[in-house]
Amino acid sequence: MDAILGGIQILLSWQVLAALLIGSIGGVIIGAIPGVGAAVAIAILLPATFAFEPIVGLTMLLGIYGSSMYGGSIPAILLNTPGTPVNALTTYDGYPMTKRGQAHRALSLAYSASFFGGVFAIVCLIILAPVLALISPHFGSREIFLAALLGIILVILAHRGQIMAAGMLAFFGIFLNTIGLEPAKYTLRFTFGQNWLTSGVDLIVLVLGLFAISQALLLMLEKDHTPHAKRVQGNLLGGFAELLGLKRVASVAASFGVMMGTIPGVGEFTAQFLSYTYAQKTSKKPKAFGDGSPEGLVASEAANNAVPPAAMIPLLALGIPGEALTAMMLSVFYVHNVIPGPQLFQGSMDFVMALYIAMLLLNVIVIVFLLFSTNLLLKITQVPTRYLGLMILILSFVGVYSLRNSPVDCAMAAGFGVFGLILKRLNLPIVPIILGVVLGGIMEVKLRSAIVRIDSPLDFVNRPISAILVLLIIFVLFQHVRTLRFERRQRKLKKQETEGNSSKITREES
Amino acid sequence: MEKVMIRLKTFQELFRRDRRPGDLVFAYAFLAFCAFLLANLGDQTKWVDRTMLVAQPAFWPTLSLIGMTFFAALNLIGSLSSPRIFGRMKELALWMRSLEFVAYFLIYVSVVPIIGYLLSTIVFALFLTFRLGYRRPQALPISFLFAVAVVLVFRAGLKVKIPAGQIYEYLPDFIRPLAMIYL
Repeated sequence: MDAILGGIQILLSWQVLAALLIGSIGGVIIGAIPGVGAAVAIAILLPATFAFEPIVGLTMLLGIYGSSMYGGSIPAILLNTPGTPVNALTTYDGYPMTKRGQAHRALSLAYSASFFGGVFAIVCLIILAPVLALISPHFGSREIFLAALLGIILVILAHRGQIMAAGMLAFFGIFLNTIGLEPAKYTLRFTFGQNWLTSGVDLIVLVLGLFAISQALLLMLEKDHTPHAKRVQGNLLGGFAELLGLKRVASVAASFGVMMGTIPGVGEFTAQFLSYTYAQKTSKKPKAFGDGSPEGLVASEAANNAVPPAAMIPLLALGIPGEALTAMMLSVFYVHNVIPGPQLFQGSMDFVMALYIAMLLLNVIVIVFLLFSTNLLLKITQVPTRYLGLMILILSFVGVYSLRNSPVDCAMAAGFGVFGLILKRLNLPIVPIILGVVLGGIMEVKLRSAIVRIDSPLDFVNRPISAILVLLIIFVLFQHVRTLRFERRQRKLKKQETEGNSSKITREES
Repeated sequence: MEKVMIRLKTFQELFRRDRRPGDLVFAYAFLAFCAFLLANLGDQTKWVDRTMLVAQPAFWPTLSLIGMTFFAALNLIGSLSSPRIFGRMKELALWMRSLEFVAYFLIYVSVVPIIGYLLSTIVFALFLTFRLGYRRPQALPISFLFAVAVVLVFRAGLKVKIPAGQIYEYLPDFIRPLAMIYL
């Protein structure tokens, strides 16, 4: 209780509240514009927040992170274009509802499900906080190393159908982290005699290049497109009443969001996939899924909005970011010399609570804002896409240049921008690179400090948490091999079935 | 022989995936990049005496490059065994075209410390608007306002660290301090 009161006290300053308001509303607007997304916005704003107090900067970024998915549902439902990548599933049921003339109902349901998901996750976190405070001190160097390793493995395996590319890019991220002056023995690694590489590749330069500049280039090079949607009329509060009838789906979806958000490297897509599958399997009208099912819409929106608060758990408790956005937030902590991890959870619980309460408030701000401004947001979504690219490129400059006023940083970011553009065009994932850089750095430091404390490799697993983590890693790999074998068998059966059918038809014809 | 062919087919199926134009070029280029880095591993990293393997400065670069090369090779196999979608040259041309905008961006970066953030941003925004093909009468004023708003929000409002332009030195006394701090 003291921690909660302390958290409220931290939040009671005009700077924090202003940051929360700007972040929340800004996040909705950014989320509503297809082609921008929270990652681009956070990457651009990141250096600007370094001048603020950590709580102010983090609240603003959290506002953007937590609210962008609300905004992203608007174009997903009305235009069949997801505002952020995680709203893609929303288009399956949201847009068919719009086509049936139920746009108002779909939006209202999406807002209420998102609100429920967000609040559910935060309440879970507040309840879980004392437990986490008890567990987190038991995470030493070897446990953090193993958790980071698990994160890397999961981020690779989570990219189904692209595992080779995800693995290649995750290792590329780990490699990028090694460039420059190595901090233990002070030797240079892969600098090729270039002074500008001595300090290594800055995470923000990389993030801005891969997310923001690449997106600007992509938008400017592709065909111009101006989205158009009809105005929405009616009371958007009705969805809350309808959600009461779908509380089972919403609760399960939000629970999946919390669970998947907590595991590094997994995130929104898996949470949505699991909750959507659950909702469809348990529905009385499973055939309506993908064709305007309110249950499908609720499952998708409640799950994705429950992830951001949960993703803060590994970041705050262990210092391990689970995905690209929390990896960016980690740099805000580092700049202010606040090291997230067991000490933060144990010694600064009020700070942690302040972040949780801020997330709770942002959900309230966003829902109030959306009830009155959906039609205004619709106008903002109608910015031509190439012009949007221009805007992102100009804003990217602020992000990179304000770091160190270095033209070299800008050139590097532009280089990563072209690389990111190629990855986006090829539909290859960018997130493994970012997590490779961040988790690679954590693994190197933690393995080095863990190894001096053990006598044999078996000592690595002689503590309960490290043993559990090793078992988890083995389980995840084993499960993946099993899934691959199962899929192969299914493919074989399907092939045999098709061949059987075609030979039957040939026999009948002859 | 038939058995070998069946095995080869199963192996291909294991790696088959959705492929886009240019995928094969990227897969080859990335593997070549890995090979280049591996070839330079000895020169660019050091193995130190009396230090444990995992604490060696060369340990993580070696590990990451082995992992990168391994997955890049598998990615190439995947690309080779997936059905080809035509349009490779068109795709490569698009990648190359992005360099034009990169060049504009770098010119913008280099002129900011000389002519100042405000002027360079206005010129850059107006130029890009024109280059992107927006010819409607309201396009240029909108870009002008956007550029001014960006400068005011970030330099004047959020006080981000962007140096004042050298030409500000030549401004009249009454406006110079204002320009130095806010524009």
